[in-house]
Amino acid sequence: MINAVPLEWVLTVSAALFCIGLFGALSRRNMVGILMGVELMLNSVNINLVAFWRYLEPRFITGQTFALFVITVAAAEAAVGLAMIIAIYRNWATVNADDVDSMKG
Amino acid sequence: MELLIQIIFFLLAALILGAGVMVVAVRNIIHSALWLIGSFFGVGALYLLLEAEFLAVVQVLVYVGAVSILILFAIMLTRDVSGQGERLLFQRWWLALLVAITLFAAVITPTLLAQSWNVVPPTGPIEPGQPTGIAGALELGRGFVHEFLLHFEIAGVLLLVALIGAIVIAFEERNRRRKVLTLAEEHELRKRREQTSDANASESALSAPGHPISQSE
Repeated sequence: MINAVPLEWVLTVSAALFCIGLFGALSRRNMVGILMGVELMLNSVNINLVAFWRYLEPRFITGQTFALFVITVAAAEAAVGLAMIIAIYRNWATVNADDVDSMKG
Repeated sequence: MELLIQIIFFLLAALILGAGVMVVAVRNIIHSALWLIGSFFGVGALYLLLEAEFLAVVQVLVYVGAVSILILFAIMLTRDVSGQGERLLFQRWWLALLVAITLFAAVITPTLLAQSWNVVPPTGPIEPGQPTGIAGALELGRGFVHEFLLHFEIAGVLLLVALIGAIVIAFEERNRRRKVLTLAEEHELRKRREQTSDANASESALSAPGHPISQSE
């Protein structure tokens, strides 16, 4: 893998996935869609961490450990975020982010 | 062999990015979630290609197994399935597109042009205590009970807190809960509704031709 694929190809894929996720998180109206964009961004960060671990310090586990913690936090974030979406749907009967504006000044 | 790895890498990159684009572009939110599962699978396979087997398994278990099912359940509970006639994106979505493309250019230009990445993995004499080869699940497990013990436990506490928080946020009190009809009750209700609408229709059909006044009422 190291000899066949240079590091910057992996970094390019990761950056492209991050930007796709960023566009989704910024532009979708559906709150579940926003959360899916955030998940894509977290995945791209994990690709970056694993790639740097593999190419720079494969003998140590720090990179993989960090990626595992990112996965943990992403799972927690998804659980809480989806619970919030369900609670908001119950009170406002909408899942569109721009309809929930009760804190608007 | 190298060519094969390159081909696999490009296929995986196409899968990840294509599925990612479909996630943000598809109108139906359920299709979007299914494409997200495809993207997660591609990332897991990329981990396998990068020789991080344990992470690949965790990716499939946590993302494909748990997070995507959670998302599908949330979509099912909020019942905004097709999104027909709704705007998919915000009005100023082109601004988000501009931000994303600008960020991509700003990140990737110095990465590719101003930096040479022909990194050599640290070679030289390996000291007796130092690990050799690629760290796998064995080293990872050993690290979790030695040097990363505190982080590991904090992650466990975080998951517990998130679990309790999710239950508290999504909890609905019993007296506020909407009544869910059983199949028989729903059938009964529909029958009654049809009867009343039939009666209304026949009534209006009777009254319509001869009594123009009743129409205006």
